[in-house]
Amino acid sequence: MSATPPLLEARGLVMRFGGVTAVGGVSMSIGEGELRCLIGPNGAGKSTFFKMLSGQLLPTAGEVLLRGRSIAGLHAASIARLGVGVKTQTPSVFDGLSVLESVRIATNAILPPNLARRRADEALERMQIGHLAKAVVGSLAHGQRQLVELSMVVSQAPDLILLDEPAAGMTGREVERLGDLIIDLVRTCSVIVVEHDMEFIRRIARTVTVFNRGVVLAEGPAAEVMSDARVRDVYLGKEAA
Amino acid sequence: MTGSLRSALGYVAVAAAAYYALVVVPRDGDIAVMINGSIYAGYAILALSLALIWGFGGILSFGQASFFGLAGYVYAIAGINLGDTAVALFLAVAASAAFAAILGYFMFWGRLSDVYLGVITLTVSLILFRFFNQTAGEEWTIGAAPLGGFNGIPSTPILTPIGHPDQPLSPENIYILSVMALAFCYLLCRFVIATRFGRAVVAIRENPVRAELLGYDTRLYKLGVFVIGGAIAGLGGVVFANSVFVSPTMFNLQTNGQVIIWVIVGGLGTLAGPVLGCFAMLALSTWLGSLNGVASGWTDPNLVMGAVLTVCVVTLRQGLLPTVVAAGERLIATLLRRIRIQKFGQPHAVDEPL
Repeated sequence: MSATPPLLEARGLVMRFGGVTAVGGVSMSIGEGELRCLIGPNGAGKSTFFKMLSGQLLPTAGEVLLRGRSIAGLHAASIARLGVGVKTQTPSVFDGLSVLESVRIATNAILPPNLARRRADEALERMQIGHLAKAVVGSLAHGQRQLVELSMVVSQAPDLILLDEPAAGMTGREVERLGDLIIDLVRTCSVIVVEHDMEFIRRIARTVTVFNRGVVLAEGPAAEVMSDARVRDVYLGKEAA
Repeated sequence: MTGSLRSALGYVAVAAAAYYALVVVPRDGDIAVMINGSIYAGYAILALSLALIWGFGGILSFGQASFFGLAGYVYAIAGINLGDTAVALFLAVAASAAFAAILGYFMFWGRLSDVYLGVITLTVSLILFRFFNQTAGEEWTIGAAPLGGFNGIPSTPILTPIGHPDQPLSPENIYILSVMALAFCYLLCRFVIATRFGRAVVAIRENPVRAELLGYDTRLYKLGVFVIGGAIAGLGGVVFANSVFVSPTMFNLQTNGQVIIWVIVGGLGTLAGPVLGCFAMLALSTWLGSLNGVASGWTDPNLVMGAVLTVCVVTLRQGLLPTVVAAGERLIATLLRRIRIQKFGQPHAVDEPL
């Protein structure tokens, strides 16, 4: 074991809903400044895994360690305050608020007023949605709402960002911009991305972890994993049941 | 119209209403109007408390009258026993806030969903109603204060100036204080929703999951706004106790239902709307109650109130105040466009439909 613990470590995470095992014993470790992509077919347990990391679900068994500190069982708000930012699968935004107000809510949570104001403006500029600052979030298109949610997450400058299908519903140009943004984010924090868009994964991926039926099927450098016959089978549905 | 202009006009309207209530009405000196005005103010404060926690906090309390009635009883009992009603006033508001804190703790930490929240708050209010309803008889006396069962406490003491417990205020003074209490509560609510705490409360109403993922402990914020609402409802109860007297009807189903109707009719999500809704509905039911003859059979206040609520929900989706404000804004926009057309001799923006 190295001297400093990894940023995030999951040990034998299990989540059962009644008789269904959504995640059946996943161990994974993410280092500082690492970009990790999670892929896998629908129902493989990726989103459930995310929800256990962020405190939205209490694991049936297993441990989550953030810099060596156990966080499984903590309230979602406490985990957020420890520096874990989450973008959920469907945009989770404040529909009745304006874009700027929304991001202010995010920065207010961690900063005094004058800094919060500045950080919010910076986040909007970084996401290139400064021109939408006064728009009501509920009136925006899906892709723009994704960017609003990302602005909220990024504005808090978390140490670890969990992105659940960030490219869904975005136009080609938006996806490109998102890819650049994620690569930029990794300079200051670690990012885990769940995505179905293989083109997007190829663009940004370094290390890829493949989920299937609640367990890790493969893990390694992107090119290697994507040429793995088992992974191809899982995605093309050829897997023998 | 910009938000700041609208907000400024709102303050002007509130100031005008306060001027009318505090200067014009007392000058006319009609005592019946002033006593009714105090009752209206007490109820309006109750409506304001629900406007805050439901309209901004998203917490549907179907038992907001619990705090209204409880504060009334605490005020009456403490006032009779201590003799100093100024102290009783503070005790009453503190008691309703404390009761809201305890009830809120169990509801929010128990992660109750919205529907159960409504059921539990209503149940609590009805338990209080039942309890105070059966307190007739000598054994239900706290110190010198008989609880009086269904009849309540007709000897509810009137507020006295601080340091002069033997000089109860006149109905005129109670009226002035009641209106000032309403204005104070309105400004307090405006202040609360403008703070960071208030912005977070609104965000939690919009999306509790997102708020938690950004690091807000939603339980704490909901509890906070619920306690403020409880304290405000409590102040309303004290005002009511001074204008009428305390009795179990303060807790009953009709009171609880009425508050919700006032908020819906006036405009959920606004503060002034529910106050207007309260005044309008109270005035309507008072007027209906005064009718006699053939009409009276068809104008049972409850029937008419139900009809008004239905019409409001179906036609004025947002309630009276937002509908009126939107209509006013459209009118102003049209007038401005007309003026511009006259000035430049031709239509201004062709793509803007009139």
